[in-house]
Amino acid sequence: MTDFFSFYVWPGLIILAQSVLFLVVLLVLIAYILLADRKVWAAVQNRRGPNVVGPWGLFQSFADLLKFVLKEPVVPASSDKVVFLLAPLVAVTLALATFAVVPVADGWVIADINIGILYVFAISSLEVYGVIMGGWASNSKYAFLGALRSAAQMVSYEVSIGFVIVTVLLCVGSLNLSHIVLAQQTGFGTMIGLPNTFLDWHWLGLFPMFIVFFISALAETNRPPFDLPEAESELVAGFMVEYGSTPYMMFMLGEYAAITLMCCLTTILFLGGWLPPFNFAPFTWVPGVIWFLAKVALVFFMFAMVKAFVPRYRYDQLMRLGWKVFLPLSLAMVVIVAFVLQLFGWGAVAVAA
Amino acid sequence: MLGLQAFFFYIFAFIAVGAALMVVFSRNPVHSVLFLILTFVAAAGLFLLAGAEFLALILIVVYVGAVAILFLFVVMMLDLDFGRIKQGALEYAPFGLIIGVVLLAELIIAATGSVYEPEIVANTAMPMPPLSVMSNIEALGSVLYTRYILFFQLAGLILFVAMIGAIVLTLRHKAGLKRQSIPAQVARNPATAIEVRKVESGRGI
Repeated sequence: MTDFFSFYVWPGLIILAQSVLFLVVLLVLIAYILLADRKVWAAVQNRRGPNVVGPWGLFQSFADLLKFVLKEPVVPASSDKVVFLLAPLVAVTLALATFAVVPVADGWVIADINIGILYVFAISSLEVYGVIMGGWASNSKYAFLGALRSAAQMVSYEVSIGFVIVTVLLCVGSLNLSHIVLAQQTGFGTMIGLPNTFLDWHWLGLFPMFIVFFISALAETNRPPFDLPEAESELVAGFMVEYGSTPYMMFMLGEYAAITLMCCLTTILFLGGWLPPFNFAPFTWVPGVIWFLAKVALVFFMFAMVKAFVPRYRYDQLMRLGWKVFLPLSLAMVVIVAFVLQLFGWGAVAVAA
Repeated sequence: MLGLQAFFFYIFAFIAVGAALMVVFSRNPVHSVLFLILTFVAAAGLFLLAGAEFLALILIVVYVGAVAILFLFVVMMLDLDFGRIKQGALEYAPFGLIIGVVLLAELIIAATGSVYEPEIVANTAMPMPPLSVMSNIEALGSVLYTRYILFFQLAGLILFVAMIGAIVLTLRHKAGLKRQSIPAQVARNPATAIEVRKVESGRGI
């Protein structure tokens, strides 16, 4: 019986507590990322953005949450009710489940598994189901068109994201997200004799892939300029046109959780994760989690700026970019990176104990 | 540890079998596909329990994340009438029965092979080193890209040919179709795009 407790119950409780803490922090972070999105958008358009609830509108997201939760959920009579209500649950659960393997600092990760990046890729490839199920179950033409668009879009850009991840994996030699971060302690900067700085991170060594990944991440999360599934001017609100109150909020939450995840992934793959930009005295005093959050915030700021000043793509342009530009580019890059590594020696697998 | 593994095995196994039955029995074709996806996910869970974490995630990425989505697409758009399809189902029952029996026999042979032919099973070299020596992906990669490289490449080639075949079969060259040429559009300048004409008043162009 003591074995049972020491093997299952206590580790289980610890994991549960860690997960709950992580989720609470993550949800609060997502609330502020949503606010930051609106504030940045407003600032670009010379508006103030939400500024009524709390000081500088800081509690706006929580007020929105209350509003959505207190509204009456309306389920269309001709909809497929089970699938209709299942879709937002799928969207939000999958988006939040991916964070289990995201390392926010050295050793600060819920599940330190060896196939972390593959897990993220697999779960984020499932996120399209929330969209398709919602669009189909609504039994509405607009919602269905939005779902079809988004399915094609997300599947197309997953391909190039996969190849970008493969180039990073070739350089690192491990699928563990922590190892990917630690491998960025050596790179271009140390090669020419500098100490470990931000020049070592993969964004410089794999530069075109950084851009490809960033744009694909925008498309994968249905962010503007690729927000065709919910193009207001053509499809009202795309796949979630029939949704209101809490189910709608869950779609929104899932979407922003996916965006946050893509920011975290960009940070881990290309911007050195929790590593400080200069690996010497004043910078190493700051804890890793602060650097991680700062980088995530920077990437999200870029996401928000793109939303603010890039016009929406046409659908055929979107498909052309994904299949005719990014796919050959990333495929060529996989070959080139493998070739370079074969010529100049494979990067040492930076496995820290 | 075994108790918990058995517990999860039964959970995933029951979900897999139940969802597979629902694929056949549910009336709505879209529900069938959704149950098929659930079966895939449960099978991925079983793979995980067997220590094949790479296969589990590849199953999710390839089958659930791509193949099943296209499947779902087609089923949603076809507007299938299930009642009419089921009327003709009895004609195909003998074929289905034969295939089912063959599959069952193969499964029984594979599962009980160690009892009837112990020497063959013993002589079959384990293609992978144990998990304690090498992780799943490393082992799979080192086997796939060295020992079975020919089969791997051939399989890829067959898929490639199949893809080209599908494209060729559906490709139609319509005459008089206007296509967008991005380079031509980008290369336009005022000299080639605009023509300035002197219009005499009262006559038009």
